[in-house]
Amino acid sequence: MLSNLDALLHGFSVALTMHHILLMMAGVLLGILVGVLPGLGAPNGVTLLLPLTFSMDPVSAIILLTSLYWGALFGGSTTSILFNIPGEPSSVATTFDGYPMARQGRATEALTYAFLSAGFGALVGIIVITLLSSSVASFALRFGPPEYFAVYLLAFASFIAFGGGAPLKTIISMGLGFGFGMMGMDTVSGAMRLTFDLPELIRGISFLVVVIGLFGLGELLLTIEEGPEFKGASGRLSPAAMLRAAAGMPRYWLAMLRGSAVGVWMGVTPGGPTAASFMSYGIARRASRRRAQFGKGEPEGVIAPETADHAAGTSAMLPMLALGIPGSATSAVMLGGLMIWGLNPGPMLFVEQKDFVWGMIASMYLGNLVGVVLALATVPLFAAMLSVSFSIIGPVIVTICIVGAYTVAGAPFDLWLAAAFGAAGYMMKKLDYPIAPLVLAMVIGDKAEDAFRQSMLISNGSVGVLWSNWLVGSLTTLAIVFLLWPLAAALLGRRRAPRAAMAANAEGGA
Amino acid sequence: MSLFPRAAAMLGLTLAATLPAAAQPAWKPTRPVEFIVTSGAGGGTDLFARTVQATITKHELVPTSIVVTNKGAGSGAEGFVYGRGAQGDAHKVIFGTNNAWLLPLVAKVAWKPLDLTPVTAMAFDEFLLWAKQDAPYQSAADLIAAAREEPGRLRMGGSQTRDTDQTLTLLVQKATGARFTYIPYRGGGEVGVQLAGGHIDSNTNNPSESVGGWRGGQVRPLCVFRREPLPPGPRVTETQSWSDIPTCASQGIPVEEFRMPRTVFLPPGVPAAAQAFWADVLRRVSETPEWQDYIQRTSQSAALLTPGQMRALMQTEEAAARELYGAEGWLVN
Repeated sequence: MLSNLDALLHGFSVALTMHHILLMMAGVLLGILVGVLPGLGAPNGVTLLLPLTFSMDPVSAIILLTSLYWGALFGGSTTSILFNIPGEPSSVATTFDGYPMARQGRATEALTYAFLSAGFGALVGIIVITLLSSSVASFALRFGPPEYFAVYLLAFASFIAFGGGAPLKTIISMGLGFGFGMMGMDTVSGAMRLTFDLPELIRGISFLVVVIGLFGLGELLLTIEEGPEFKGASGRLSPAAMLRAAAGMPRYWLAMLRGSAVGVWMGVTPGGPTAASFMSYGIARRASRRRAQFGKGEPEGVIAPETADHAAGTSAMLPMLALGIPGSATSAVMLGGLMIWGLNPGPMLFVEQKDFVWGMIASMYLGNLVGVVLALATVPLFAAMLSVSFSIIGPVIVTICIVGAYTVAGAPFDLWLAAAFGAAGYMMKKLDYPIAPLVLAMVIGDKAEDAFRQSMLISNGSVGVLWSNWLVGSLTTLAIVFLLWPLAAALLGRRRAPRAAMAANAEGGA
Repeated sequence: MSLFPRAAAMLGLTLAATLPAAAQPAWKPTRPVEFIVTSGAGGGTDLFARTVQATITKHELVPTSIVVTNKGAGSGAEGFVYGRGAQGDAHKVIFGTNNAWLLPLVAKVAWKPLDLTPVTAMAFDEFLLWAKQDAPYQSAADLIAAAREEPGRLRMGGSQTRDTDQTLTLLVQKATGARFTYIPYRGGGEVGVQLAGGHIDSNTNNPSESVGGWRGGQVRPLCVFRREPLPPGPRVTETQSWSDIPTCASQGIPVEEFRMPRTVFLPPGVPAAAQAFWADVLRRVSETPEWQDYIQRTSQSAALLTPGQMRALMQTEEAAARELYGAEGWLVN
C-alpha cells in the first residue's frame, strides 16, 4: 500500500503540469457538453476525440479522454434533473427523484446534491484503485460466466424487488425490455434474433435511442398535454439554495457510503455504471427511513444513484488497465486507444508504464475535482434554462433529442424508432406502466442471458454451477433472497397494510 | 561529363514520376471517403482501419478527407450489409477480415460471400494455442492428450460462435480426435482474461489479444498455427520471444496453417479503375514506416495481395469452409 502511495506521488508529478491541467479542463468541459446532450454520450465523445490523441504521448492522451468521461458523467445528470431526459444511460436512475425535485422548484438543490455526491463517489472509487490495485485486479479474475450472471441477477433483484407498483405491469415492462435487448445477433448461437430480415435491425435496438424516446420525447408529449410550461420549476438562481444543499450533504453520509460501495463493487466486477446506479437506487429505497418519499423528490434518491454511478465509472478503470476488461462502452473505446498508443493492458502495465498508470490515476483525482467545480459553476446557467418559455425550450429539446438519436449510429432508421418509443413512453406514463424495469432489462438482460448460457455450456446444463463456489453461491443466494423479499413483504403486509400502500405510492414517480 | 548523367537522372526522375501516373487509372476520389469498419471502436479491425487512415492522411496519399465509421454489430454484418448496399460507390471502403466471406455461410445476412469487390489483404493475424500459466500441460501435445482422454471436459474459449476461433477449434478436433467444450465470448480480450482466471482451459487468441497476459505471467502460448515459427524479434517476456514458440504441427497437431487476413473491399459494381486506385494507395501505405510499426506492434505478418490473389483466396477459403461447416451442420445458406 505504501509503495502505491509513493507511486501516486510520482503520478502527481507527471500529471501536474500546465499542459496536462489545461487538457483536463478542456476534457471536462467538452465532457459536460457531450454529457448534457442526450445521444451524444461519453462513448461517442471519446470516439470522436480518439484520432486527435494519436499524435500525443499516451499520458496526455489518457488524461484528455478520461477527463472527458468524467465531464460526461457529471453533465449527464443535468438534463436528467431538469427535463427528465437522461443525458447518459447511467443517469436514468437520477431522474426518479431529481426531476420531481426540479418540478417542486428545487432544481438548484437537486443539481448540487447530484454533483457533490458524484464527486464523493468518484473520490471513493479512486481511493480504492490507489490503495488496492493489485488485490482488486486478482479478485476480478475470479469472475467467470456464473459469477457474472450472479452479479447481474443481484443488480436486477435489488432494483426490482425493492420497488412497489403493480407487479403485472412491472413484469410486462421488464419483458418488453428483455425482448428489445435480445434483438440482433446472438453471441452464443450466432443467430440473428427478432431482426425480421431488416438490415437496420442487425445492430439491435440501441438502448440510447430507447431512452431518448421513452424519456425525452415521451416527457415532452406529456408536458404539452398538461399545459406547455414546466410546472413549478422556478428558474430563480439562488446561491443560498446551493450552499444549503452543500451544508446538508453530511446528513446523507450513510447513503453516500452505501452508494459508493455498490458503485465500486459494480465497477470492479464489472457490472458497469448503469446497473450500479439502478442497484444503488433500489437498495437506498429499501434501506432508507424516508422510503415513502422516494420517487417524489427525495434527495437521497438523487444521491444514491449518483455516488454509485461515479464510483463505478472510476473504479472500472482498474480492470481496464490491469486486465483489459472494459467495464463500460466508454472504456472499451479507451482500450482501443491504448493499443493505438502502443500499450498493452495487462498486469505488466503497472510495472513497466508507471508514468502512464499513475499519471492517469493522479489525474483522476484532479479531473474529478475540476469536474465538480465546473459542474457546480454551470448550475445557475442550466437552472436559468427553466425560466425560458416552453415554446422556445420545447423545440430546442426536440431538436437535441432527434440529433442525439441520429448520432448514436448515424442511421435514419433510429429516428423512426425514437419517435415510436416517444409515443410508447407517453402511453406508458399515461397508463402507469413503470419505465425503469424496461430500461434495466435492456441494459443487463442481454449480458445476463449470455452469461447464463455460457454457464450452462460450462456445467452441461446443471444449474448447480450457480452454487459451485462460495463467491457465486453467496451472490446467487443473496439475489434470490432479494427476489423473494416482495413475497415475504406481502405476507407481512397483510398485517401491516398501510405500509405496503405507501411503498406502492413510492413507485409512482419511477 | 557531369551533365549527361544528371540529365539522365532527371529523365529517369521524370519517367518515374510520369510512368506510374500514366499507368495509374483515371479514377480518384472527388468527395470525402468513408472507411467502413466492421468492428466496434477499439476492435482489431478498427485499429487496422485507423492505422491506414492515419498513414494516408500523414503522407497525403488521397486528395480528399477520410471519415472512419464503426459498423460492427452482428460480428461485422452491419458494415458488410451497408457496404453491399452502396452499389458502385467507390468512396466507401470496407475493412474486415475473412468474416466477409465466412459469415454469410453461417448466418442469415443480406450479402453473399463473393459479392464485395476485393481490393487487398494487408496483413495476416496469427493464431496461437494458449494455456494458463500454472496449467499442468507443458506442451500442446499434453493438452491434446488430456482433451482426448476425457472428451468434452476441457473448455476452449473463443470470440463469437462459428467464427474463426470456433473454426480453428473444429479443425484441431478433426485433426487430433480430441474434443473440447467450446464457450463463446464477446471478444478476444475477454477470452484472454477468462483463461487467466482459470474459467476455461485453453483458447486460440491472436498475439495482440494475449500479449499483456503472457508478459504478466498469467497465460503462456503452447504453439502457433503456422508453417514456420514466427520471425525473430525482441523478447516478449524475460526469457522468450514470439519466435521461441513451436509450430502446432511440430507438436502433433496437424493443422499446418491458420491465419486471419486483414481485408479491404469496395462495394459491388465499382469501376475497375477505382479498384486499382485503392490497391495502389494501400500498396503505398504498406511501404511506410507507420505500417511496419503497426505490424510489429500487433505481431502480425505483413502481406499485400493483389485483387486477383484476393479473389482466389476468397474462393478457396469459401469452398473449404463450405465443406467443413456443412459436415457440422453450420450452413444456413
